[in-house]
Amino acid sequence: MLFQDVFSKWPMILNGVWLTIALSFVAIGLGLVLATAMTALRSLAGSWAGYIVDAYVELMRNTPFLVQLFMIFFGLPQLGIRLNGLEASVLAMTLNLAAYATEIIRAGVDSIHKSQIEAGLALAMTKWQVLKHVVLQPAFARVWPALSSQFVLMMLASSICSFVSVQELSGTAAIIEQDTFRSFETYIVVTVLYLVLALSFKLFLNWLGRKLFPQVSGLARLTEAHGEAA
Amino acid sequence: MQTFGWPEALFILRSAGWTLALTAIAFFIGSIVGGAFAIMRLSRLRWLRRFAAGYILVIQSIPVLMVLFMSYYGLSALGIELPPFLAASASLSIYVSAYLAEIWRGSIESVPRQQWEASASLAHTTAQTYRHVILPQAIRISLPPTVGFLVQLVKNTSIVQVVGFVDLMRAGMLVNNATYQAFQIFTLVGAIYFAICFPLSRLSRHLEKVMNASRSH
Repeated sequence: MLFQDVFSKWPMILNGVWLTIALSFVAIGLGLVLATAMTALRSLAGSWAGYIVDAYVELMRNTPFLVQLFMIFFGLPQLGIRLNGLEASVLAMTLNLAAYATEIIRAGVDSIHKSQIEAGLALAMTKWQVLKHVVLQPAFARVWPALSSQFVLMMLASSICSFVSVQELSGTAAIIEQDTFRSFETYIVVTVLYLVLALSFKLFLNWLGRKLFPQVSGLARLTEAHGEAA
Repeated sequence: MQTFGWPEALFILRSAGWTLALTAIAFFIGSIVGGAFAIMRLSRLRWLRRFAAGYILVIQSIPVLMVLFMSYYGLSALGIELPPFLAASASLSIYVSAYLAEIWRGSIESVPRQQWEASASLAHTTAQTYRHVILPQAIRISLPPTVGFLVQLVKNTSIVQVVGFVDLMRAGMLVNNATYQAFQIFTLVGAIYFAICFPLSRLSRHLEKVMNASRSH
């Protein structure tokens, strides 16, 4: 086995890793904003808005990411909207992640008891304040683990963006393979890199969860300690 | 130039059969391997537990696309040429096995400890305990997430078009290459995937409700 051929392409590989990370973070950021907006829309506006959000979520969750990506990349130009591979990828990942995140955040919002909201309103908080402090913040804290695994899955799914010729990690792999004819070595290296990326993502998201929601994770640790003692 | 009409639509619809076949094969093989890994993950032998945990962690941390590339392009570089259908089924089975192993481990673990103890006190062997006491309960618990995962599997079969296997997705791409009417074509392709996945999603949610209803009594 000749790994030198593959390693000699390290600037390309590094670039691919960087693009995978950048794509994932942009999609996660935009997707979360969109998901929060859709959750708020569902709980604040009338029921018709809720139906539209529900339909969107079901549509995205029950069709493959690849179909969504091709619809944006090949289908939209027919309607006069032309996006390059990178733009199409960011849009597809954002729309896809937003649907899954909406569903996850909904579970968190549903877990907030009605009496909490009534208590918030009784304290003369505005609708928006209740939504922010009583509903969304605790809801996010509760579903953060589920959101984290969805983020990791999205990072792995970004490999599919290589189909619209985005040079992220797996797109880079295809090019190196064509250049060196060392397919086995190339895919071993890239697979190991994905493994490292996924594990780092998990560690980072756990750390971020503890930073963003210290009260809740403190509570979780406390109950965990009690559980062990019992 | 060809236009997108009934013959093309029928060709796409027929290729959905291959998507279903691939799903069925990957689910069948994957559940056998995944079941074995779930039980290994809960074994009393530490090295067996660690091996299963490592396998699950690695497969869940890499894209399915990489498993597919490895089994198609990677193995052919080592002189093992798998035909596209075999490479596709093998890599999807590996993917399924890791996720099902984790789902089923959770289901087995959520059967109360006392059930194990009661079974042991009846002088059941480990195999008998699994067969008569644990699995009948664990399978019930595992049904909603397993059906839910089936949706993920159907959707993920779409990537096998990259090795040239003509599934629903590939059929759509082939027609697109001939007609350039991507919007109509991928609407149809998406609609067929939706028609397969949506009932499964609903079934999963329904099963979850039924289970919770029986638990609240």
